[in-house]
Amino acid sequence: MIMQEINKKQTTRSGDTAKYTEGVFGADYLSDQERSEIDHEVSMVPHKSAAVIEALKIVQHHRGWISDESVTAIAAYLQMGAAEVDSVATFYNLIFRKPVGRHVILVCDSISCYVMKYGDIYKALQEKLKIKFGETTGDQCFTLLPNACLGCCDHAPAIMIDNDLYKDVTVGMLDRILQKYT
Amino acid sequence: MERPLTQFIHPGCPPFDLREYEMTGGYSALKKALAGMTPLEVQKLVQDSGLKGRGGAGFNTGMKWSFVPMGDAAPHPKYLIANADEMEPGTFKDRLLLEGNPHQLIEGMILSAYAIQAGVSYIFLRWAYKKAAQLLRKSIHEAYTAGLLGKNILGSGFSLEMHLHTGVGRYMCGEETALLNALEGKRATPRAKPPFPQVSGLYGKPTIVNNVETLCNIPHIVNNGAAWFKGLSNSEDSGTKLYGVSGKVNTPGCWELPMGVTVRELIEEHAGGMQNGYQLKGVLPGGASTDFLTAEHLDVKMDFGGVQAAGSRLGTGTMVVMDDATCPVGFVHNLQHFFAQESCGWCTPCREGLPWVEKMLMSLEEGSGTAEDVELLQMHTQLLGPGNTFCALAPGAMEPLQSALKYFREDFDRHIQLHRCPYENGHH
Repeated sequence: MIMQEINKKQTTRSGDTAKYTEGVFGADYLSDQERSEIDHEVSMVPHKSAAVIEALKIVQHHRGWISDESVTAIAAYLQMGAAEVDSVATFYNLIFRKPVGRHVILVCDSISCYVMKYGDIYKALQEKLKIKFGETTGDQCFTLLPNACLGCCDHAPAIMIDNDLYKDVTVGMLDRILQKYT
Repeated sequence: MERPLTQFIHPGCPPFDLREYEMTGGYSALKKALAGMTPLEVQKLVQDSGLKGRGGAGFNTGMKWSFVPMGDAAPHPKYLIANADEMEPGTFKDRLLLEGNPHQLIEGMILSAYAIQAGVSYIFLRWAYKKAAQLLRKSIHEAYTAGLLGKNILGSGFSLEMHLHTGVGRYMCGEETALLNALEGKRATPRAKPPFPQVSGLYGKPTIVNNVETLCNIPHIVNNGAAWFKGLSNSEDSGTKLYGVSGKVNTPGCWELPMGVTVRELIEEHAGGMQNGYQLKGVLPGGASTDFLTAEHLDVKMDFGGVQAAGSRLGTGTMVVMDDATCPVGFVHNLQHFFAQESCGWCTPCREGLPWVEKMLMSLEEGSGTAEDVELLQMHTQLLGPGNTFCALAPGAMEPLQSALKYFREDFDRHIQLHRCPYENGHH
């Protein structure tokens, strides 16, 4: 909805930035901290738009996900079209365009973990958390996502929760692992 | 047996810091090159050593470098990029080098940058490698503090900046031109070649993208020479290789061994053989995008020529073992699900073809497949094969499919006859 309104405001897809920088979700939507971190990234690249992935990472770090408001604010700040920013944001699977829980569980579903039966781990997580891939628990604690090869094939099956990698995971280990996250 | 890349890597122990790395000979190759070798001499040495790219393509590294314009008239800055976006399913070798000895990679990068006279370097690291990111940040900082990075390195007049870039997912980022687009803040779609990145790469400037393992070899080649490097191997391809085995073997892992060990040696000696009750049915020798080998191929040498002669590719050298309790149709379906999901959507055969392939395999696995589906799958291995797509993703995806249809055709047929998956560990 918001994206549609923003797109209506835009007369051109990119270039004419004034149309939406004056809108509700201009660059001032970003916090001082976010802007200062983005400025640092911009200083490292030849032109502003080259910092867009870093900008998305920064805003996601502070807000947990990338909302339509964040897309348009980043676009305004980097003098890009909102659709351009969104085309990048939606390309990369670890930029979240929907809200996620406080912790994101990534279950490796690639080939070595397939052979070592990641399916059993997924089934157990589904039962324990009462959610499927792509869903978030009612208390907003966990989001469950499939992920391509975590590069831990000699210790399959593997899962990652936030920054923590768990190897040789068994169904019996899951309760103890999940307890660490609140 | 010499293991130059991993001699100082002890899994479970923290890697060497700068002081420890230097005490064991670290950065001596850099000092040697900066003091007494011209950039072209370094290029020539690496070319003569026969080092071939360890990311999967197997192209002579020194030769790749030789396409970079040199001299004062060359465009600048030139870029040197370490491809640390390890994401080929079944591959976990660069992780060992990144976490085990980050300074070895940094020294290899400075030497390689010197050889092509690059002024800026990036490590493109995949998002999931959190520990490696932390270690690399610390090591890059140490190198800057010691004057090994930055302006006028060790008083040589050569300058190099180094940045760590962590990705946000997508297999495509490992393709070298897609990686460049990702670094420029764009969608990671591949670029047309020519122009090759060596001439027009990052921001249109000459750029070299090398795999982590490739770069880690450079300090050792500079220190010990081309003849030594050739002597490490027991095959016509030089050097050692990081090999890995995963699947239902007794001791899955990653080992540095002379280039050219056999499939049998890897599985039986290093990986401890198959787990009790399981037999080997097939192996992907070098990651998800390589053709199957079977029990007939156990004596194939794991070097570029040997695996190619057996109808597959060395790829990343990290093999996935398929046991006899795992359904080949389900196995290949898992691979095609990955490739369909990771297709960047840039060109039609890949974007449209891979999801169709995935759906046909799914219907076979669920028991609703027909003989016509198998024919269509066979046809797709041609349609999505080399020459019809922008990059190597779809042709790579077709490799395990075409060889599964060749070696495990009976399994496909049984799914059709029984209207279900005959394996207990089948569809899930």
